Amino acid sequence: MENSTEFLLEGEEDTQKGRFLTFSLDKESYGIEIKHVTEIIGIQEITEIPELPQYVKGIINLRGKIIPIMDVRIRFKKEPREYNDRTCVIVVDIKNISIGLVVDRVSEVLTIPEQDIVEPPQMNKGHGNRYVRKIGKVGSDVKLLLDCEKLLTDDELEDIRVGM
Amino acid sequence: MSDQYSNEPMLDMFVFETTQLIEQLEQIILTNEKGSCFTPSAINEIFRIMHTIKGSSAMMMFTDISVLSHTMEDLFYYLREEKPNYIDCSKLSDFLLEGVDYIKGEIDKIKSGDDTANNPSELIKTLKEFLVTLKTENNSIALNKVNSPVKKPQYYIRQEKSITTIYNNIYKAIIYFEEGCEMENIRAYTIIHNLKDITDDYYFLPEDIIDNDNSAEVIRQQGFQIYFKADHAYDSMHEFFMQTIFLRELDLIQLENDNEYKHLYEKKQSNIDSINILQNNPIKIPEIHNMNNAGMDKEKQASVTTQSIISVSIPKLDKLMDLVGEMVIAEAMVIQNPDLKGLEINNFQKAARQLNKITNEIQDLVMSIRMVPLSATFFKMHRILRDMCKKLGKEVELEIIGEETEVDKNIIEHISDPLMHLVRNAIDHGIETTEDRVSMDKSKTGTVTIEARNAGSDVLVIIKDDGRGLDRDKILNKARKSGLLYKREEEMSDKEIYNLILLPGFSTKEVVSEYSGRGVGMDVVSKNIETIGGSISVDSVTNKGTTITLKIPLTLAIIDGMNIKVGKSCYTIPTISIKESFSPKEKDLILDPDGNEMIMVRGKCYSILRLHKLYKVSTHITKFTDGIIIMVEQEEKTLCIFADELLGQQQVVVKALPEYIQKLKRVRGLSGCTLLGDGRISLILDVAGLINI
Repeated sequence: MENSTEFLLEGEEDTQKGRFLTFSLDKESYGIEIKHVTEIIGIQEITEIPELPQYVKGIINLRGKIIPIMDVRIRFKKEPREYNDRTCVIVVDIKNISIGLVVDRVSEVLTIPEQDIVEPPQMNKGHGNRYVRKIGKVGSDVKLLLDCEKLLTDDELEDIRVGM
Repeated sequence: MSDQYSNEPMLDMFVFETTQLIEQLEQIILTNEKGSCFTPSAINEIFRIMHTIKGSSAMMMFTDISVLSHTMEDLFYYLREEKPNYIDCSKLSDFLLEGVDYIKGEIDKIKSGDDTANNPSELIKTLKEFLVTLKTENNSIALNKVNSPVKKPQYYIRQEKSITTIYNNIYKAIIYFEEGCEMENIRAYTIIHNLKDITDDYYFLPEDIIDNDNSAEVIRQQGFQIYFKADHAYDSMHEFFMQTIFLRELDLIQLENDNEYKHLYEKKQSNIDSINILQNNPIKIPEIHNMNNAGMDKEKQASVTTQSIISVSIPKLDKLMDLVGEMVIAEAMVIQNPDLKGLEINNFQKAARQLNKITNEIQDLVMSIRMVPLSATFFKMHRILRDMCKKLGKEVELEIIGEETEVDKNIIEHISDPLMHLVRNAIDHGIETTEDRVSMDKSKTGTVTIEARNAGSDVLVIIKDDGRGLDRDKILNKARKSGLLYKREEEMSDKEIYNLILLPGFSTKEVVSEYSGRGVGMDVVSKNIETIGGSISVDSVTNKGTTITLKIPLTLAIIDGMNIKVGKSCYTIPTISIKESFSPKEKDLILDPDGNEMIMVRGKCYSILRLHKLYKVSTHITKFTDGIIIMVEQEEKTLCIFADELLGQQQVVVKALPEYIQKLKRVRGLSGCTLLGDGRISLILDVAGLINI
């Protein structure tokens, strides 16, 4: 999996356009733009850092680089789950910040043509879809395409207060 | 502008070299100003520096800098040649420093890629006027040397290249190339080609350099001779030729009149004749020829010594540092590999020890590369002192001790500003006016001392003045007003009171002066020092002076650390702050009614911090007697940290916590993290932070 991703990264920006790495949490399938993805690694020992919001699991040592790890399940307020050998860490690089995202399972790299990407429905209450930027249709499936930057920055202050 | 010159490495080099030269120049000016006047060697040195800057800036197409430095060079040429009796030294220093500032400013602009150049013409004008006054004032002496004043004007560079074909100076140059460089004729042609930019009135021997390959042989034996007329001064022409590649020897002669030049020109067919005529004709070699040769020698020497130093960009060093850190970890991973456990492998152990030795050496070396002496930072203070003394009308001397002390490059960058601030404070607030000093029976001149010395893994930088000292009551008053008192007044020691001035929003100076008193003084200093893991303390004696001590870590990158374990987590405490570690005895433990746990050690009581409670780590060791207590001390405050066990001491490479986490929250008591030998991550505890929780 790692090899194929790296191979893709070598291509031009254009070849990355419309390509998404999909992963699953519970029943839902999510996608993130391939240009953000650095690599995919298996779960490894995470060093906890105290006093952080729950969804930040800690830091890992990725070949000498210290990278923070975020559990996307907890970030999306889902029930935490034991990590197993299918659990993956997707290392993404967003605005020069490297961060590892813990997901249940990585599926595949998909090309979703622009006409199959639609706006998410407007929710009347809550902030249910603040991380979902677009929705991609693949066959009969629906992929929730994430806004990575929001994942890192949105409403963090509020969340920390909740987490304390 | 010519694109071929604007390539980055050359620009970097130019900026680097010029900055160094300017710093050197500033120092010379300041030392000489103190010694009341410029010594001949200083004049020579300044002349040389200006000359170099002029040359390199002209090469890099920074005309403003080059014109300015040229004017300054002229001035010093005059000083050097005429040795005038009367020089207004302070005025001269002022002008020079103004020039230095201008060049500094320009260099900064070049660095930041800003090309809106300030016009130095005003400064150049004053400099020229100064030179003229100098000359008239020293006229009588100048008259004795008839030639020089007449010749003088030729040293002015023409600010606009005039297209007149009447040139002032006539030169003869004989160029010898290095043996074995081949294609002398082509090289000669290159010179001629370049010369075309300077003059269109030239003539050279042998003539047929392009068509006739044999001319190379002639050049080899007799040298390549050029006769030409130019407006350029001897110096710049000399420099022009010195840039030639493979140049072995250069004879540049300024001809007195153009008789022989014309003569040659007419007779240009006959090589031998012209040489004869030249030999028979009296030619005047300007005095500068010899002088300049000496200068060039010196320059060569200097360049030989600087050749052994190269400048490396900091990011590269950081990268190297990271890699070495990784290598140390990788090495530990190999040598302490669990697969090797229980194996009898003597040869492997031997090789491993060798590897270990080498990696340690590399690590030390990489660390030492980043170490830079404090001297440059300290010497900058001379300038501040001088400017402030002039403005405030005080007499202050700066004493510098231990400037050779080395600290990490990163740290130097961080202490420059605080230091500047402290020196300003000392002069502005600390040192009294001359009248006050005299009336108090103090020596007329105040003294500010900057001292640096090593203390373990820290460097102490001490800024001391012999001024009026801090006003205890005033500080207390102010603190009371701003509600900054954290204790009852009576309980506070003098030192604690003095240290109040480090709190944010504290400035006792009622009147805001140009230099200090905006209320963002000492707290900014202390914050700056804290960001690099240092500390600051203030002490003062009324009418005797104030001492400010900065305690700065030698390096940010590698520290000696004690690894401790709590549950599954691992933490590192900087060894420097550890006083002792011990297993506590039941009878020494005290629990006060508020639930605060304390321990009695040799008759003193210390509070205990349970690390597992603080960071909510699950561990089965919760009884003090099962674990270990590490006593740490920072700034005379002591704390006992309770942990499961000690893992051992090792040098650790400090890494910052990821930016993302730092942005989320500043975790109390954590200053960073490090990688352990087995690849695990250990969190580095910030002792000062823990104590103040």
